[in-house]
Amino acid sequence: MSEEIIELKGVKKLYKLGKLEVPALRGIDLKINRGEFVCIMGPSGCGKSTLLNILGCLDRPSEGRCLLNGEDVAELDDDTLSEIRCNYLGFVFQSYNLIPQLSVVENIEIPLYYQGVSPKDSRRKAILLAERVGLGDRLDHKPMELSGGQQQRVGIARALVNDPLLILADEPTGNLDSASGKEIMSVFKELHASGKTIVLVTHDENIARYAERIVKLKDGLIETDERI
Amino acid sequence: MIYFSFHYILFRTVVMGFRSLWLHRLRSFLTMLGVVFGVASVIAMLAVGEGASYVAQEQIRKLGSRNIIIRSVKPPLEQRASVERSRAIEYGIKREDAVRIRNSIPNVEVIVPNRIIRDIVWNNRWRIDAQIVGTVSWFHQMRKLSVIEGRYFTEREVDEVKNVCVLSVSSFRALFPMGSALYQSIRIGSSYYKVIGIIEDEDTSANIQPSSSSGILLGPQERELSKERVGQSEERISALKPKSILAPPASYKIYIPISCAQKRFGETLIRRSAGSFEAERVELHEIITVVDSEERVEEVAKIVEDIFQKNHKQRDYEIVVPLELLRQAQKTKQIFNLVLGTIAGISLLVGGIGIMNIMLATVTERTREIGIRRALGAKKRDIVIQFLVEAVIMSGTGGIFGIILGFLIPEIITYFSSMPTIIQFWSPLIAFGISAGVGILFGIYPAFRAANMDPIEALRHE
Repeated sequence: MSEEIIELKGVKKLYKLGKLEVPALRGIDLKINRGEFVCIMGPSGCGKSTLLNILGCLDRPSEGRCLLNGEDVAELDDDTLSEIRCNYLGFVFQSYNLIPQLSVVENIEIPLYYQGVSPKDSRRKAILLAERVGLGDRLDHKPMELSGGQQQRVGIARALVNDPLLILADEPTGNLDSASGKEIMSVFKELHASGKTIVLVTHDENIARYAERIVKLKDGLIETDERI
Repeated sequence: MIYFSFHYILFRTVVMGFRSLWLHRLRSFLTMLGVVFGVASVIAMLAVGEGASYVAQEQIRKLGSRNIIIRSVKPPLEQRASVERSRAIEYGIKREDAVRIRNSIPNVEVIVPNRIIRDIVWNNRWRIDAQIVGTVSWFHQMRKLSVIEGRYFTEREVDEVKNVCVLSVSSFRALFPMGSALYQSIRIGSSYYKVIGIIEDEDTSANIQPSSSSGILLGPQERELSKERVGQSEERISALKPKSILAPPASYKIYIPISCAQKRFGETLIRRSAGSFEAERVELHEIITVVDSEERVEEVAKIVEDIFQKNHKQRDYEIVVPLELLRQAQKTKQIFNLVLGTIAGISLLVGGIGIMNIMLATVTERTREIGIRRALGAKKRDIVIQFLVEAVIMSGTGGIFGIILGFLIPEIITYFSSMPTIIQFWSPLIAFGISAGVGILFGIYPAFRAANMDPIEALRHE
């Protein structure tokens, strides 16, 4: 179980604001193994979103190497990155990011859609996942008709539909009340128990307790990296 | 479980496109209207243009595409207000011109319109109300009428204005019920004519020309006698005619040399005005040269022109070649179509800009959706296709409605203005092709703009 899924080596990220170069990440070394539940913590502006974007193949590091399953992401072109996101990654967002005009089941289907799965197969799989997150009776509802917690479950189902190597969650409970937050975290806990690799970004200590490893960032550097 | 198949993606993209357009029904409909009117106006304009030029071409075609029409034209007068207040002028086509064309160009028929005059013909006590036809010496060949007895009159007799005549069978039977008519004299009006032959009746039911190209080649009397001409002949005669006589069957025909007809029944136009007097004499008003094939028309027209130039000191004739007119009309039509098509095309362009405008708005509005889709694995290409499909759906649907409207408008125009309209089979195809093309052309920029958004920025977009 100690197979490395992600290996970051000296990852730096600079943002250019006019003439000023603002470093967001200043040299991160991080290894994440299969099956781990990692929580990335830190105050706002410490670079945790940037790190998540790089892990999620949405952004490339300015410097350093980012190996995803042994492949260097920094050198891949846009289409290949899209394919990686499509086949190996699952995203859960703070603001759920569901497409409002699509129904629950259609939102869950989106990643399969870009894999080219037949409508029949993808529909079956999406329904299966909706049932797994407890929304089997809300398949044809629009996101607006659901509560925040339910919406986030749709988001999780969507992140799982492509059987990802790695689930990336950006403050998944940030917009939820504590009760729904707990529910969502129990879903994550379940996922972890079933062997999924999860990287979760949060600044909430209570949430971080669900993880088995906490990485604390400060000013673009890893401050602590401890297993619980 | 994973099938990388493109048609699933395309199929879903189309369904998705329809859905998101349906979500903004009014907006999509209004945008489509631009294309609807653009396409409809392309089809309608082309149909109107086609119809108008069809009418023009049909009129020209009626003149006969194998014909060369030569008309007498009064030459311009130089010393109009001169000392001589009264004069007689003579101009126009001569009979010898017709003979010359006939003799010098092979495979050409020259048709000289007949003078037809109704008059009463006497043979002693038998009389008939007949049509006196003044013709040229080759008339019977032209009409393919066979001479039953005797002969037709010759060119020489025409030149010499001999009082000879040829009877049709029916008029022969009416005038000479007792037997032979050859070399007998009959009286037409006040002069006597010698019967030199009898020919078969003309088939009046089908007044077919030798050329068989059209029905107006032989000018009947309506054209022969313009209103200007002083009708010394017909009006007078018809006034004298006893009312009791029934209208003659058309087959009572008597043929006399055209020169006689002109001399005896008048061909001079006399105009009197404020003490001045002017007489015009025109031998033939119009002749038609029928060429045996369309390919030779231009060549023959040139020879005819040469013949006339050599023999006429002044330009007292005009040569009309319908085939040339037809070609000009076709060229005009092309320009017409181009202009109309361009105008309609501009409205289509405006429609296209409307689509682009809406697509840009849509892309901005759905930035977040684009970000989500990109994060979940959509390639740039997928996003491009998604928005392009929406644009093409709008323009394509607009195109279909435009075609329907484009078929209706010409119908309405024809119904209310009785102007003919013709929809060419290719015009809806072209219009639809253009509208789909407009969708692609004006959808490309918004689609690429959508695809090239930074997914991180797009996800943050509120």
